[in-house]
Amino acid sequence: MYESMVTAMRKVAVVAASSRQEEKMLDTEVEMMIPLISKVREETGLNQTEIGFTCSGSSDFLAGQAFSFVMTLDAVGPVPPISESHVEMDGAWALYETWVKFQMGAIDTALVYSYGKPSPGSLQDVLSTQLDPYYIAPLWPDAHSIAALQARHLLEQDEISHEDLANCAVRAGTVQSQEEYFDQPMLADPLRQADCPTYADGGVAMILAAEGKAEELCERPAWITGIDHRIDSHHFGVRDLSAIPSAKKAASKAGVYDAGIDLAELHTSYTVHDILLRKELNLPLDPTRSSKNHPIKAETLMASGLLRIAEAARAIWEQEANRVLAHATSGPLMQQNLMCVLSGEKG
Amino acid sequence: MNPEDRLSAPLVLEYPFTRTTGPVIGAFMTGLREKVLLGIKRKDGSVLLPPTEYDPETSEDLTEMVEIGQSGEVTTWTWVQEPRDQSPWNSPHALAMILLDGADTPFIHAVLVDNADLMRTGMRVSIKWKEETEGHIQDIEGFIPEGNGND
Repeated sequence: MYESMVTAMRKVAVVAASSRQEEKMLDTEVEMMIPLISKVREETGLNQTEIGFTCSGSSDFLAGQAFSFVMTLDAVGPVPPISESHVEMDGAWALYETWVKFQMGAIDTALVYSYGKPSPGSLQDVLSTQLDPYYIAPLWPDAHSIAALQARHLLEQDEISHEDLANCAVRAGTVQSQEEYFDQPMLADPLRQADCPTYADGGVAMILAAEGKAEELCERPAWITGIDHRIDSHHFGVRDLSAIPSAKKAASKAGVYDAGIDLAELHTSYTVHDILLRKELNLPLDPTRSSKNHPIKAETLMASGLLRIAEAARAIWEQEANRVLAHATSGPLMQQNLMCVLSGEKG
Repeated sequence: MNPEDRLSAPLVLEYPFTRTTGPVIGAFMTGLREKVLLGIKRKDGSVLLPPTEYDPETSEDLTEMVEIGQSGEVTTWTWVQEPRDQSPWNSPHALAMILLDGADTPFIHAVLVDNADLMRTGMRVSIKWKEETEGHIQDIEGFIPEGNGND
């Protein structure tokens, strides 16, 4: 039933994207985003007045300032006035809001962007504030420790092995070899540094366009054939730590299981999450083609998810793949999951 | 300039509003003050700890609060060697999911032991209250291995 609903949906495609990620950027958020936004507008030949809707994703908690995204709108240009929105989430959810706006029929083109600059502060403190404010946040558990609780559970249930973690770290490029992995001391027992993300500053800008317009702007548009996002409880105790129901449900609703995937761009910033998510999605642990810049090696809060969609679209533009899954996650222990299937065929 | 000669003024960043915790979280917090743990019954009879006003899976309203035991079992854990500045604990400790007797969902708190070798999944632990309680999750100082002279 959902499938027929999707086919009745307006066709929307990713037609341009630009991104930047560095361990520590001296530029401000505005300085970081200006070249990225300019590049996608130039590539498509659209000026801001020709873009129907602009939507961004970022974190006030990270910027340490309320309405911080308003400042970053300087990168779009303060004039002319624009139709604009913002989510305090990864840019992948800004893309979802934009996709809904396309379905309302109000727009033919849109600019989506997101960014995060964790280097000036303590990202672990920011991540602690997203936990349940009464029961969990006052204990200030850090993100690595929380991931470690899940990792130990999976190891002791024999759902994963230490070798699986080591192999995943090698694939992600956080270590060169299994030996190097096992030489590392525990960071958050049973996780080592190589299992945990290295944080980076970064941003992504993207242009979306509807059928009729997308073909004019891009030789081979990356069509969104399915998109869905779901959420699990924020109480870890209620959740089965061996599963990610929200990821499975979103994948099913987005049509991930309906046909083969040529390439999967997964937003997993811990080895243990990468292994668990692949299992939930029936993806091979060692696919021939997976993320080029792995989120374990460079994770940017609020941008890594949208970056996965940008990379998935790039694979279609460059004819490396024809049906690509892009995944984005947010919240502790992959609490929220978004699945987006992109295709070279309009469908 | 001598640093003591510089003009300075305190800057206190605060949110000038209060939040009420409501009938369920509020009751749990009041329980903590009285050194009592309260969970809440779901429709299927299982007990959620910590309690919420709604069932996290079915969204049904939940109202029947029940007292939970003060000992239980570690279901998973990790070791925090260097607690962060804001942490309620300033020495190394375990962070664990603990399934208390009478509850069906584990909850997160610290197990206070000297080193990671003393931790294992399935170990029994008992609650250690702070002497002064005020209705806050930090009223629980942590959990200690059962039979280690708590009370």
